[in-house]
Amino acid sequence: MKYIVCVTQSPDTAELPKVTVDQAESGNQGLELITNPWDEYAIEEGLRLKEKQGGSVLAITVGPAGTEGALKSAVAMGVPKGVRVWDDAFAGSDALAIGRILAAAVRKEGDYDVVLTGKTTVDGNGALVPVALASALGAALLSQVAKIVAIGDGKITVERLVEEGREKVTADLPVVIAPVKEINEPRYASFMGIRKASRAKFDVWDAAALGINAGSVGAAGAKVAWGNLSKPPAREGSVVLMEGETVEEKVTKLVDALMAEKVI
Amino acid sequence: MSVLVWIEQYKGHVPNVSWEVLGKAKEFAGALDGTLAAVVAGDNVAAVAQEAFAYGADKVYAYESAELADFRVEPYAKVVSDAAKTAGATIVLAGGTTRGRDLAAYVATLNGWGIAPDATGLSLVDGKLVARREVYTGNILADVTFHSDVQVASVRGRSFSLPEKDGGKQGELISGDAAVAEGAAKSVVEGVSEKESGEVSLTDANIVVSGGRGVKGPEGFAPIRELAAVLGAAVGASRAAVDAGWIPYDHQVGQTGKTVRPDLYIANGISGAIQHLAGMGSSKVIVAINKDPDAPIFQVANYGIVGDLFTYVPALTAELKKRG
Ligand SMILES: Cc1cc2nc3c(=O)[nH]c(=O)nc-3n(C[C@H](O)[C@H](O)[C@H](O)COP(=O)(O)OP(=O)(O)OC[C@H]3O[C@@H](n4cnc5c(N)ncnc54)[C@H](O)[C@@H]3O)c2cc1C
Ligand SMILES: Nc1ncnc2c1ncn2[C@@H]1O[C@H](COP(=O)(O)O)[C@@H](O)[C@H]1O
Repeated sequence: MKYIVCVTQSPDTAELPKVTVDQAESGNQGLELITNPWDEYAIEEGLRLKEKQGGSVLAITVGPAGTEGALKSAVAMGVPKGVRVWDDAFAGSDALAIGRILAAAVRKEGDYDVVLTGKTTVDGNGALVPVALASALGAALLSQVAKIVAIGDGKITVERLVEEGREKVTADLPVVIAPVKEINEPRYASFMGIRKASRAKFDVWDAAALGINAGSVGAAGAKVAWGNLSKPPAREGSVVLMEGETVEEKVTKLVDALMAEKVI
Repeated sequence: MSVLVWIEQYKGHVPNVSWEVLGKAKEFAGALDGTLAAVVAGDNVAAVAQEAFAYGADKVYAYESAELADFRVEPYAKVVSDAAKTAGATIVLAGGTTRGRDLAAYVATLNGWGIAPDATGLSLVDGKLVARREVYTGNILADVTFHSDVQVASVRGRSFSLPEKDGGKQGELISGDAAVAEGAAKSVVEGVSEKESGEVSLTDANIVVSGGRGVKGPEGFAPIRELAAVLGAAVGASRAAVDAGWIPYDHQVGQTGKTVRPDLYIANGISGAIQHLAGMGSSKVIVAINKDPDAPIFQVANYGIVGDLFTYVPALTAELKKRG
């Protein structure tokens, strides 16, 4: 079986509150980038599938030179091979175009069984790429996957988290899976893995290699634009701590305050 | 010209966010001098269609077939696209639930339309849709504008208020051609193991009562649940409590859990790490109960009690019961 994981970089989650409008506008310039945290679950699940079922795993990222970090994390965790997909014509692509570019890369790789993506990126928060990818591939979209129950005989059964509970779904392979955190506990990179990653070289596939018509992606093909960026207003005022001689006095004051706020 | 809203239903039950979005869409239909249209799919949707009229829809496109009984994104995207084209919609909206987010994105990608996912605000500027979004996990706000004729957005729950329901209101019921979805489904739903009934959904809740590492164990959630029960609230948790196995993951609030924006969020034994704040920081009123006066949660809380949650949470429950 062939597994493909789609990975990308994002700002360190601890740094997100400090991100400025300029940094967001410039597409993360000057920010410390790490592997998008959700993508680690995808990498881990790809490795587990390979370990259990046999086969190969490939990591793919779409990004210009210098964005190999997520591929390196994948290699450090044990993925043997990574590919970077880029062409200057891809600059300014929206998420739907990234999905189509990834789909072309997956097709070039050939008979795949499972493509894994992160649930979302922590900067864009779109959760659009897996949808666009599945749609472009004509493969089943399985989002919010908490567990792979069974895989084999050309089929996969998973459990998904939906509002009402856990939904059990079966689909024909190939599929696109976007897992939630419950699916696994991503492993740490091994010492050998980190050494391997530091020396890793990645093939680069461009628009011609993927047979992508440049006008359909990039800034020209984008269907949306982000603008008018701002920081959310800070929460006003400071905390009112309940004072009192007894426990009852404090909770009474709290209930009074919440009733005055009309929230209970 | 029309504004189209997908009305989600599971066994005939519609999540509030569908009606919230329909209410907002009514304003847009008015401003654009167009029709407010709704689309419903399933194997038996007559009652939901009636409800859509009651909540303000002028027209309802109903797609009924056995194949549409369970939500699968591929056939549903086909019928919503079909309804959008039949209705001449320029704006297509869905509630930002698990299904709604997938569906809106799928509809956009099938048709080459622009999409704003999980919008928290919508407005019209010169007749075009502008969708406000939280990016950088709630740390930056951005306005999405569209370069496509049809503009698609999924909308986070509780971004708009629930419209008034007028049970007597009627509209035009149009039966859609369910055949457009034939053969599109790429998966089969084997079943849903449903949560206990009576459990309030986190993303719909007016009030959320959460517990963190401070509850110290699975039993520690008992007083949290009791407080939630008297308030009719949903139960939330920090990642620390989920990772410790004290409560299932679907209760987790935060960057790698759910985003909630209730009127009232009560954080008990939660320190207030930024990844937790990412999921609840836009709650209207935040209350913190924590032993540590320096816990960062007090920097975002409106009201606080410095003390042991095992003392104060039961006392709060008792006080609320006393007041009825
Ligand atoms: C990539 C990434 C994603 C993450 N995603 C999330 C997420 O989605 N959600 C999330 O919550 N976290 C998330 N985290 C984890 C986050 O950083 C914190 O570790 C976590 O929120 C801490 O949980 P806590 O507040 O319950 O525990 P702690 O930080 O240990 O705080 C426990 C608090 O309880 C108080 N306390 C203890 N005993 C009592 C008592 N008897 N009475 C009253 N107070 C008491 C203590 O004073 C302390 O303030 C993420 C982290 C990373 C790196
Ligand atoms: N540039 C990219 N290259 C490879 N994979 C990506 C890229 N952007 C997004 N993805 C994948 O799609 C997931 C969801 O991204 P998004 O739709 O941007 O929230 C991510 O977690 C990645 O797995």
